Amino acid sequence: MATKLVVNCSTGTTTEVELTAEEVAQREVDSAAYATAEAARQAQVTAKASAKASATAKLKALGLSDAEIEALV
Amino acid sequence: MAAHNLISTITVGSGGSATIDFTNIPQTYTDLLVVSSLRTDAAVGYQTSRMKINGSTSNMTVKNMYGAGGGPGSATITTYLLVGYITGSSATANVFNSQNTYIPNYAGATYKSISSESTANNNSTTLYAMDISVGLWSQTAAITSLSLYPESGSWAQYSTASLYGIKNS
Repeated sequence: MATKLVVNCSTGTTTEVELTAEEVAQREVDSAAYATAEAARQAQVTAKASAKASATAKLKALGLSDAEIEALV
Repeated sequence: MAAHNLISTITVGSGGSATIDFTNIPQTYTDLLVVSSLRTDAAVGYQTSRMKINGSTSNMTVKNMYGAGGGPGSATITTYLLVGYITGSSATANVFNSQNTYIPNYAGATYKSISSESTANNNSTTLYAMDISVGLWSQTAAITSLSLYPESGSWAQYSTASLYGIKNS
C-alpha cells in the first residue's frame, strides 16, 4: 500500500500514513491522465520534427543552402 | 531582510512517499516559502511537480514558462497547481531537482497567489528542464496545509522539502 509523509507543523511530529481508498483512486486517475498527456506530448514532438524535416527538404529542393535554411527555420 | 524561520523539514525514507504533507501550518507568519529537492520514481526524464492547498486542486489558475526537451514554451493550467519540473528515475542517478515556491499573505482572507521556480537537473547535457510559474488559488480561506505530489509515481528516497515562515517585521 502506498503511503504519504505527514508533518504536523504545530507539534513537529512526522508520521507515515497509508493512503485512503479515495487517494489511491485519485492516483490511478492521475496516472492515466499522465499517460495520455505524455503520449500527446510525444506525438507533438514527433510531428514537429517531421514537419521540420519536410520543410527543410522542400527548401533544399528550391536551391537554398544549409546556412540559408538554418537562418529561416 | 525579512526573517526566514524554518517551520519543518521532511526527508523521504527508503520506501518512497506518494506525497509530502505539511499540516497545521502556524498562522503567525506573513508569507510561506517551500524549498525542496525532489525526484520521482516514475520512469521518465522529468515531469511536473504539483501542490494541493488545504487538500484542494480546485479553483487553480497557473501560467508558466518552461524550457524542456521539445524547446521553450508556455501554458495555462486550470486543473492543478503546477509548482515545477522534477527529475525522474530515467535521469542520472542520485540527481534531484531544485524548487522554490513562495506564497505571500497565506493567512489572509483574499485569494492566494503562488510563484514558483524550478530546475529538473540531470547533471548532463540532455534531459533537463526548467520552469517559472505564477498561480492563483481563487479561495479566501487561510492556508493551513500544503501537499507536494509528483505528476505520476512517488517521491524517491532522499527527496526533501522544507517549509519556512517569513515575517516582514
